[in-house]
Amino acid sequence: MLRIKVNGRDYSFNGDPNMPLLWYLRDELRLTGTKFGCGAALCGACTVHQDGRPIRSCVASMARVAGSEIVTIEGLANGELHPVQRAWIAENVPQCGYCQAGQIMQAVALLRAHPRPSDAQIEEAMSGNICRCGTYQRIRAAIKAAAQGGAQ
Amino acid sequence: MSAAPVTRRRFLEGVFSAGAFVLCAGALPRGAWAELVNPALPLADTAFHPSVWLGIEPDGTVLIVAARSEMGTGIRTALPRVVADELEADWQRVRIVQAIGDEKYGSQDTDGSHSIRSFFEVMRWAGGTARTMLTQAAAARWGVPVEQCEARLHAVHRRASTAAGGDPALGYGELAAAAARLPLPPRESVRLKPRSQWRYIGHDAPAYDLEAICTGQAGYGMDARVPDMLFAAVAHPPVLGGTVAGYDATAARAVAGVRQVVELPPFHFPAGMQPLGGVAVIADNTWAAFEGRRKLQIRWDDGPNAGYDSAAYRQQLEATARRPGKVARNNGDALAELAAGGQIVTADYYAPHLAHASMEPPVALVDVRADRAEAWVPTQDPQGAQAAIAAAIGLPKDKVICHVPLLGGAFGRKSMHDFAVEAALLSRAAARPVKVVWSREDDIKFDYYHSVAAMHFEAKLGGDGLPTAWLARTVFPPIGSTFNDATEYGGSGELGMGFTDLPFAIPNVRVENGPAHGHLRIGWLRSVANIYHAFGVESFADELAHRAGRDPLEYLLALLGPDRIVDPALLSVDYKPRPNAGNNPYPIDIARYRRVVELAAERAGWGKFKPGNGRGIGIAVHRSFLTYVASVVQVHLDENGLVRIDRVDTALDAGTVVNPINVRAQFEGAAVFGASLALYGEITAKNGAVEQANFDTYPVCRIQQAPAAVHVHIVASDAPPAGVGEPGVPPFAPALCNAVFAATGRRIRALPLVHAGLA
Ligand code: FES
Ligand code: FES
Repeated sequence: MLRIKVNGRDYSFNGDPNMPLLWYLRDELRLTGTKFGCGAALCGACTVHQDGRPIRSCVASMARVAGSEIVTIEGLANGELHPVQRAWIAENVPQCGYCQAGQIMQAVALLRAHPRPSDAQIEEAMSGNICRCGTYQRIRAAIKAAAQGGAQ
Repeated sequence: MSAAPVTRRRFLEGVFSAGAFVLCAGALPRGAWAELVNPALPLADTAFHPSVWLGIEPDGTVLIVAARSEMGTGIRTALPRVVADELEADWQRVRIVQAIGDEKYGSQDTDGSHSIRSFFEVMRWAGGTARTMLTQAAAARWGVPVEQCEARLHAVHRRASTAAGGDPALGYGELAAAAARLPLPPRESVRLKPRSQWRYIGHDAPAYDLEAICTGQAGYGMDARVPDMLFAAVAHPPVLGGTVAGYDATAARAVAGVRQVVELPPFHFPAGMQPLGGVAVIADNTWAAFEGRRKLQIRWDDGPNAGYDSAAYRQQLEATARRPGKVARNNGDALAELAAGGQIVTADYYAPHLAHASMEPPVALVDVRADRAEAWVPTQDPQGAQAAIAAAIGLPKDKVICHVPLLGGAFGRKSMHDFAVEAALLSRAAARPVKVVWSREDDIKFDYYHSVAAMHFEAKLGGDGLPTAWLARTVFPPIGSTFNDATEYGGSGELGMGFTDLPFAIPNVRVENGPAHGHLRIGWLRSVANIYHAFGVESFADELAHRAGRDPLEYLLALLGPDRIVDPALLSVDYKPRPNAGNNPYPIDIARYRRVVELAAERAGWGKFKPGNGRGIGIAVHRSFLTYVASVVQVHLDENGLVRIDRVDTALDAGTVVNPINVRAQFEGAAVFGASLALYGEITAKNGAVEQANFDTYPVCRIQQAPAAVHVHIVASDAPPAGVGEPGVPPFAPALCNAVFAATGRRIRALPLVHAGLA
């Protein structure tokens, strides 16, 4: 039996230890904010935090994440919206919105590591997150706005 | 998402509480409705039924029905804003309710960038009618003539009553019950607001679902959930038209969580929107379904397309494009003019198949019962999905309810119903609700692809460098081939997308179309045939400018010629103007072309740009979905010789725009979409099977590859609204390639740029 903490709550898991965390979150815990985009660590739609670091949940097996603390988009707002979420809203980033949970989780991790990221740091950190609707310039602007406002 | 089965009646009852004032579409006179829904459709297609567009709860909450699908274009916000404006509703007190598929809403097929164009007036009348009734109810309550009452921001006010004591205003909630008892007012008594009083139309508004999206609460098709549901994955035949010769499911059944393995009915040509066939694995969760599918051992019979090879096919298309084709437009005598000799310029262009690759792959949840079915499909066309499911299961259409969650992108792919029908067939087989989840590999390998095209151009330049003759041929497997195997020529729709509607002032124009047999399912992709036609036409125009030794911007304006309405008679042969062309509100207007060209060039600093040193600037203009768009793209080559897009200036004239911030976002996104297809986009087949599978083999722009800055300039206009979702795409690739030519001297005649070593 595996143990895992998700958004502050403890869970135990008896299923296939090879099941990626993504499907455990979506199908078992019904936390559907984390999205399936490629299943191969190519798009970032499934990005969540494992012990504070961004991971692609579509390729992270339950065995690998056992014992760790996971935060998903649903767990990001703590009573009030996270500053990165506020910046995303202020910059009107989403179009279809499907990629945005992954983008936001990735951006939150970036700003934790680099509270004042350079353009190059933004590109490097965000390059694994595809937005097919093409919202990249607003993502860039929102990250900068969040950095200005002290997103940490 | 509701668990209980919903009947058509209960859908409405669940939306509105007892005592709510509900405005039916019956508020609109039938004639007006039919004429406004879609002027291009015959009356029979827009059958009129009383239906619900909006309602007001006793607590004052205004509910507005969004009948079009939200795939990221902002329509779920924009059309309700139009209703709210005419209703004089307070937007903060508006709730949006997504409609199920139902013909009473008119066409719900959210494609062709026409939602605003077709429903703008309908929505205004709906809001204005409700406002009139609320005003009448208030007048009756006060016992004053209706002229003394005025609706303003969620209340009816009594003119000059401020000093009179008593109630200065009655809130919409207080008036709802009384308004509900009034007869529908005749159309003449409804006065729509003058443009100067619009409070929402033309003003920026964030998307209705913005916060839900940013907190992970928004419900997409992928997120649909009902009790007792199962999950399925389908192993599709790798080649279109292939069938299952045999299979062994022993290992698949041994996967924990796998419940059932089901062979789907075999595929029959023509493809249409039927499922592809194959073998499905039904399981307790998505992962088990994927694992079970991976373990299936299937022998395929590849069928008649087993020999399809993109490299050989390209040569065939190009050869066809060099031979005379069927004439689609003919003005003057281009052939004689070319035969007479002089300065002749010839070029061949090629653009490959593309895949949609919306971030949310196709997915559908269907619950089939003995006598009814309920579906949750992220579809662009809920009535179509409803009908397709009904036909596949053998139910009357009205026994199928199709809900429309948010679409995680669509770009035309989700107008097709193959995946929804799969879910219906599997739900019937499992006697449980089943959600079919397509993997990214399924999505890329089994798309309804954007067509591959070869084009051939010939022009003769006169003494001033401008063409006296223009011969253009296009060859592509048409969308019609998906629905009829024998179809090899493009429809007038496809040819009219950037080829027969050539606006240039050239005396001798001949446009031809050669035959091509399809081997993949061809579908609609964001701006459709405009993509390859604009790439060919606008690149060739740039070639002519350079051949003539003239500045491409100045030359483009000269090609467009003097301001005028292009005579529809010039667009002869297969391009028939609509019967009502006499008062066509959307004529081809050269002044509007010119304005966007000048605006984009001016904002980009065209005259001040210094090319050279690996830097270049390019321009293209294109009208599609009735919107005029010019793109100016600036590039440089990086240290690896790869194209970097530094800046894009897009100017557009879409007539009246409802939500400018959203329009800007659509055109920013279109530039990225255009960059993806120009730099990387290519689907190829070998031995009949598509070779690309995921974002590693079918790359799309990532943040560092996308244009660094897209500036969108909207021409202020009172003209009727035109399209917004698609028209930004077509001019982008040619503007980019023209910039590449300016930077490198290399003319790109085949997409994508990755093959030229530039991406
Ligand atoms: S779904 Fe995990 S990276 Fe794409
Ligand atoms: S907003 Fe649609 S994929 Fe990013």
